[in-house]
Amino acid sequence: MEIIEHYYYTKDHEWVCMEEESAMVGITDYAQSSLGDITFVELPTVDTEVEQFEELASVESVKAASDIFSPLGGRIVDVNHNLDSDPGLINRSPYERGWIAKIVAADLDQLGNLMNAEEYQSFLEAEKEE
Amino acid sequence: MLQKIGVKSIDDLFVDIKTQHRPKSFNLPQGKSEFEVLEYLKTLAAKNSSQLVPFIGGGFYDHYVPAVVAALTSRGEFFTAYTPYQPECSQGTLQALFEYQSAICAMTDMEVANASLYEGGTALYEAVMMAIRTTNRKKVLVDGGVSPIYKKIIRSYTTNLHFEFVETPVVHGQASRSAIKNLLDKNTAAVVVQNPNFFGAIDDYSDIVDLAHQAGALVVESVYPISLGLLKTPGEMGVDIVTGEGQSLGLALNFGGPYLGFMATRKEFVRKMPGRIVGQTVDKEGRRCYVNTLQAREQHIRREKATSNICTNVALCALQAVIFMSLVGKEGFKELARINADKAEYMKQCLEKIKGVQVKRSSPTFNEFTVCLPKDASTVVEAMIKKGFAAGFPLSRYYPGMDNYMIIAVTEKRTKAEIDAYTKALAAVLVS
Amino acid sequence: MLNQPVDLIFNKSVKGRRGYVNPPVGVDAHAPIPQAFMRKSECNWPEVSELDVVRHFTLLSRLNYSVDTNFYPLGSCTMKYNPRITEKIAQLSGFTDLHPLLPQLLQGEKFTQGALQVLFEMEEWLCEITGMKAFTLQPLAGAHGELAGVMMIAAYHRAKGNKKKYIIVPDAAHGTNPATASIVGYEILSVKTTPQGILDLDDLKSKVNNDVAGLMLTCPDTHGIFHSDIDKIAEIIHAVDGLMYYDGANLNAILGRCRPGDVGFDVMHINIHKTFSAPHGGGGPGSGPVGVSDRLLPFLPISRVIKRADGSFALNYDYPQSVGYISSFYGNFSVLLKAFAYTLILGGDGLKQTSDHAVLNANYIRACLKDYYTVPYDRICMHEVVFSAEKQVARGVHAIDVAKFLIDKGYHPPTVYFPMTVKEAIMVEPTETESKQSIDEFIQVMIKADELSKTAPESFHDMPKTMPISRPDEVKAAKDINTCYRG
Repeated sequence: MEIIEHYYYTKDHEWVCMEEESAMVGITDYAQSSLGDITFVELPTVDTEVEQFEELASVESVKAASDIFSPLGGRIVDVNHNLDSDPGLINRSPYERGWIAKIVAADLDQLGNLMNAEEYQSFLEAEKEE
Repeated sequence: MLQKIGVKSIDDLFVDIKTQHRPKSFNLPQGKSEFEVLEYLKTLAAKNSSQLVPFIGGGFYDHYVPAVVAALTSRGEFFTAYTPYQPECSQGTLQALFEYQSAICAMTDMEVANASLYEGGTALYEAVMMAIRTTNRKKVLVDGGVSPIYKKIIRSYTTNLHFEFVETPVVHGQASRSAIKNLLDKNTAAVVVQNPNFFGAIDDYSDIVDLAHQAGALVVESVYPISLGLLKTPGEMGVDIVTGEGQSLGLALNFGGPYLGFMATRKEFVRKMPGRIVGQTVDKEGRRCYVNTLQAREQHIRREKATSNICTNVALCALQAVIFMSLVGKEGFKELARINADKAEYMKQCLEKIKGVQVKRSSPTFNEFTVCLPKDASTVVEAMIKKGFAAGFPLSRYYPGMDNYMIIAVTEKRTKAEIDAYTKALAAVLVS
Repeated sequence: MLNQPVDLIFNKSVKGRRGYVNPPVGVDAHAPIPQAFMRKSECNWPEVSELDVVRHFTLLSRLNYSVDTNFYPLGSCTMKYNPRITEKIAQLSGFTDLHPLLPQLLQGEKFTQGALQVLFEMEEWLCEITGMKAFTLQPLAGAHGELAGVMMIAAYHRAKGNKKKYIIVPDAAHGTNPATASIVGYEILSVKTTPQGILDLDDLKSKVNNDVAGLMLTCPDTHGIFHSDIDKIAEIIHAVDGLMYYDGANLNAILGRCRPGDVGFDVMHINIHKTFSAPHGGGGPGSGPVGVSDRLLPFLPISRVIKRADGSFALNYDYPQSVGYISSFYGNFSVLLKAFAYTLILGGDGLKQTSDHAVLNANYIRACLKDYYTVPYDRICMHEVVFSAEKQVARGVHAIDVAKFLIDKGYHPPTVYFPMTVKEAIMVEPTETESKQSIDEFIQVMIKADELSKTAPESFHDMPKTMPISRPDEVKAAKDINTCYRG
């Protein structure tokens, strides 16, 4: 499973990548592979506010539906409309072209509630053990 | 078998049920032979009169069901199968449901249909909930011409939820445009209309669709299938969600069920639609085939976030309907609708000749219409029962104060002789 | 079974061909309908002959597995044989021709006495079978019954002025339970399953609070296990004035052995199309009567069927606290009629025997297959047994592969991947109507599947091979949505 060094992660397998203006959000390689072929992504509305760990979007595969929770609270400034016609982008490029939304974070201290790459790696291993 | 299981008796298999949890009583009759049961049920069936000539509708009509429908749906391969969870050994049910969805789309001029809901009333409730979900708004305008039975159903289901329902008036048989216009606002999820409405009046709701869309609301229309052989379709009016009672598409009246709720909508709303949906795809070799699709909306996957709690629907009734629709066909459908309308028109003309009977003609109608009698309609219907007619449905049952009004339905099954005899009987009842 | 695809009926259409002759108009009148109200588009229903229709749908029927043609041990669905006499009775014209509004006319009920009697007596029998005080026969399927039941729970709390927020649902429950509670306006509290496969009492205790409106329980549950501690669960829920909902999906296991009404349940539904042998119809129509205890009696939906002092039957709508109308009429009448005839034929002893044999058959399968497939809860089960394909998965063969193997051998597969609490679940419900011979044959085929998973695990991936189609591309179906034929 690929994990990107400078991203932050949640226990629900979302990631966030801090950029200059905003924070880019998506789901991890592990998440996409356990969901299987993604057939639909319900994107959030631009210009709405979201709380940390609140429902942000949902993704569907043939036999599962999964809510995506926002790793950070803030205002949604952009969503990835490429997913409308090609939801499989998440399977093929979960950390880059398959991003879901961009958020202007309300409080960067919330990053403290997330895991770094190393912590997420051990979290995944612990989950596998179970 | 007990030995293999490792117990001494069948009772040992029920050890998890503690003694204090055993039945306090279980007094049921002794079993009977097939012959005895059939004879007994025949005596019960005989206590129901099918001798009354039916002129009652109210959304449920005495249409003829061609013999082919029962002959085909009584095949065990259809009626003893279950929901097609394993598509490879269920292509018969799946393809029939795909064909059903296609025929419903053709009938309503809509883009997508589901594989059925329980019946017309619960289908309308599901449509209202779908509109609320889609728009994220909480106010619903319901035209006064919508079936009072359906309105009661919607009310009961939403008692515990925080929605606002406003009933808009019917003026001269038609939905009040001005009331709808005044009440539409940015909280309105949907305007709900019915065609023909409960009083039999037909309408073109295109202007209401425009008003609703300008306000960001959806339009939900409940329709009577047979009327669509003649009448402007929901698709032509621009309606967003269509539902209806499919009983008239080859299902017997059966004292209220099973019936067939159908639902169709536009492609953009397909993921908000409740119920099972069959989709076409290909197998590993690229051959055309069918599966239950978009299942992630449903309760068995999405649980408390599902679009509806529906699981078992009425697949066999949908099969009856698609057989009926295939048999009647494109041209037969137009003809059937016209026969219904013309016979009703003949009956109107006959009744207008009776002194004191007023046939409401403020709006055109299809095969059901409202009459105003010089006496209480319930007692007139009672007197007509003695003469062998189920003469109509008195409106006072649901509209207190409309004591002298009733609605009368005429299907292709009613003959000129029956209508003439009815007219004579009614004239006699009214003078007595 | 037909081993080739059938073209769509729309593709068999020939312009001008007719399959049915309408009755004549026979009157000289023309309904004046303004052009603006008329349809302009064509309704593209097929143009085919009667024989085309008969042949088409007969061919389609031959693409199906069914109880009539195949052993169908689909767990949780109770796919028992449907006796033909009940079908015949449901076709009696004294029932089929009856208009549902007839009893609502003055004197009209006189002409529906037979039908009302069926409903009245069916309600009485269901009360005796389950120990509940009264039933509504109106719900049109199991999930619809759940909805009616939870609406009554809500009405009960509203009447008492209780502000309740939650319904408790075990994690192993059918998806309809949480979905139902949610559409009535409740939030869901999920309770865990113990390693023994039953509801975790400690977890339940930790979650119960005064905001709990009720608990929904399937018993025996979806693992096929009966909760011995049912009284303790009821005590915990009743202590906070919560109500106990019994999901009767698995009632086929306990007829004559236990009555939900006796053990503290306040409301329950029955799946008539499971326990009472009405056919499943390829996915309905069903019927889901709901029974209540004394405290929910005032909230039953209207109408209700009553018996007058003179022995006649009538509809009564006068229940001011009722939740109201939940469907247009009195339930799926002809489905109920089949159940009525089924009950008459079996009688009390027959019903009890039904459960005895259903439970015997399931345990026999468990005992015969437990050395081949993991049994996560290895104990006496009720009418169904849940296996896990985890041993086979280690060899690269999943539950779904075993299912497809079974299709090739002429069996409708058991339910797979449910309950979700068991990994790679294979849920087998043989029902009471299968003989020992057919069950033994099934067991041998299951053992063969296990053997093949050792010797040639890769061979499963092409299965099924004998069907008109191979495995469908479900991803394509969900992505390129095509739900309707377009010329």
